[in-house]
Amino acid sequence: MADFSVSGLQIAGIGCSIPKQEISNYDYDLLEENEKKLLVKTIGVETRRVASKGTTTTDLAIDAAEKLFVETKWDKESVDLIVVVTQSRDYYLPSVGPIVQDKLGLSTKCMAFDVGLGCSGYVYGLSIVASMLKGANWKRAILLAGDVSTISCSYNDKSTYPLFGDAGSATFIENTESGNNWIFNLNSDGSGEDAIKITHGCLRNLPNEESFVEKERAPGVTRADLHLALDGLEVFNFSITTIPKSIKQFLENYKLEQDNIDAFVMHQANLLMNETIRKKLKFTPDQTLYSIKKYGNTSSASIPLTICNNEGQIDKGDNMLLSGFGVGLSWGNAYIELDEKPITMISDFD
Amino acid sequence: MLIFNIVNVKELIEKLEEEFDEVESGSIKPETEFTDIENWGSMHALIIIALIDMEYDVTLTGQDLKGMKTVMDLFGIIKDRT
Repeated sequence: MADFSVSGLQIAGIGCSIPKQEISNYDYDLLEENEKKLLVKTIGVETRRVASKGTTTTDLAIDAAEKLFVETKWDKESVDLIVVVTQSRDYYLPSVGPIVQDKLGLSTKCMAFDVGLGCSGYVYGLSIVASMLKGANWKRAILLAGDVSTISCSYNDKSTYPLFGDAGSATFIENTESGNNWIFNLNSDGSGEDAIKITHGCLRNLPNEESFVEKERAPGVTRADLHLALDGLEVFNFSITTIPKSIKQFLENYKLEQDNIDAFVMHQANLLMNETIRKKLKFTPDQTLYSIKKYGNTSSASIPLTICNNEGQIDKGDNMLLSGFGVGLSWGNAYIELDEKPITMISDFD
Repeated sequence: MLIFNIVNVKELIEKLEEEFDEVESGSIKPETEFTDIENWGSMHALIIIALIDMEYDVTLTGQDLKGMKTVMDLFGIIKDRT
């Protein structure tokens, strides 16, 4: 079982950078008026931020990190580790970790690498940073997480186009002497690899002329093999059955009282899905944070963006329960005790 | 042991009508085909999955959804699995 706990870590700040361009699903003309209303009510996505052509995930994440350096007054030389969680890298190679290290002006003595996860990526990223900071006894780490997903969605695919937004996030984490607890539980099930997939573009299916051709897969679902394909029912079922069980087990294993959770933050993919999980676990609406209405599904940036979007509900001494689940399939839960209120910020990227 | 094992079709219809708020009360019958429900679409399928999971602890698969035409078909699936 991939569980572990550590003591003595603090989130100094969480910053999110989102493209300035906002798109409303009420303007998506492939949906009938009643479908638009039902989409906003059920899936929960009303508006989304969409990156302009050429803007990459690292552009957004670096912008978020630069602003956080100003606010936290962290010395750039003090960072030992940078982890970039993304499924939309700048290049096939190199990894963006070293590129980000250079662009942020961090020391060449810092460790930098990529993690190719999406929905579960923030929890995974936090777990990697936490274990490395403690294992190596390093002082400070930066976790960048996010994706530019809109580029992968076909306008002609009603099952994906209205759901995704773009965002980059930066989380500054430091090793402290405090006795607070961070507990992690990480899971994987690759038998569900087809549930969310871009089939062409890598080694298994090298890109060719056919990869770009849009084909009708079902009514309202027309896309190319280089586009994101989503089996909505499969993902929905996985999320409302596996995830509540996984969280319940996690809380039981570590004797975590639900009443002591101040903020329950799930990956933001679908309002009905998240509300079903919330109700099954009997968390109150007050405990449960959202950002899906304004920003849609922002992949691995969804949890930090949701925290920043509800910054008034996070305070010193609070306990957060984070749960990321989806593409892979991959899922993870984290229990985070905050000693201090982290600096939080959301900024527009032009 | 579980109370929701006692499923009747009337109760199921009431729950469906409650979920589909664009549907008038009393308009859904056991023989109603889902595709005949006003503005029926893929999002209704998600609403049904969530409802049946929450209320009856039954997981509907994509295959189930493809196979069921009427409310009575859905009732049959729930009855078989509770």
